[in-house]
Amino acid sequence: MSTMNRPVELAQSQSAVLEVNKVLKNTYALLSVTLLFSALTAYISMQMEMPGFMPLVATFGALGLIWLVLPRTANSAAGIGVVFAITGLLGLGLGPILNNYLQMSNGSQLIMTSLGGTGVIFLALSGYALTSKRDFSFMGGMLVAGIVLVLIASLANIFMAIPALSLAISAVIILIMSGFILHDTSRIINGGERNYIMATVGLYLSLYNIFVNLLMLLGIMSDD
Amino acid sequence: MDWMKIFSAILIVLMLVYLLPRAKDMIKNSPKASGNDLVAALIPLLLVIGFVFLLIKSV
Repeated sequence: MSTMNRPVELAQSQSAVLEVNKVLKNTYALLSVTLLFSALTAYISMQMEMPGFMPLVATFGALGLIWLVLPRTANSAAGIGVVFAITGLLGLGLGPILNNYLQMSNGSQLIMTSLGGTGVIFLALSGYALTSKRDFSFMGGMLVAGIVLVLIASLANIFMAIPALSLAISAVIILIMSGFILHDTSRIINGGERNYIMATVGLYLSLYNIFVNLLMLLGIMSDD
Repeated sequence: MDWMKIFSAILIVLMLVYLLPRAKDMIKNSPKASGNDLVAALIPLLLVIGFVFLLIKSV
């Protein structure tokens, strides 16, 4: 009986592998396009010299879309439009931040270093998760607990304004987001995430947060 | 206190309200890690710390 079931099991396992490969391919394709789109909206925002409150407005808008609209549209074609709206908004919010850094004497070097550093971290961690095929789903609880602690510390630091705490928060966010890259990639490989739209948003947010916080760390720590 | 700080605080409080129940759920339902799993996750994260430190030194 078990010998008779083998072709069926083999077909099921092949179909699962194909499904995982499809999600992975679609996720990376959508992630690449949304990163380019984000770069375009950031460039437009820089050229238009958007005001300093734009990052806050963009974050409010993007979070509204992620919490309220994305879960309802992630299983339809409309979800792709929502991903572009989220990444476009976050790109718009980046404009004033990048303009601030460009006013520093080594601003363009800082931005390029952050961009390159973010790329290296993402490629290395994704490559590690893809080749090791390990299941990092156990990290989910720790990572979310870490985010909650960081948010509480950030809330306190709005009122206390301690520079060393800002530095520590940025460093911890880079670490947590790196953990999320491992966690999210392993979820795709192990079949835990079958929706490429949700997977793209998760990876995009990790990349965005690593870039912004690396830029902040480098900005504070640079000599100029 | 300027309004940017107030709105930033509101944003963080909203995030906490949204995340806290999910965090509790994820902590409760996350699979337990073995020693090997922890090492496999810690090594790349330590390398990230080293890499960021190198980047800081380079600017």
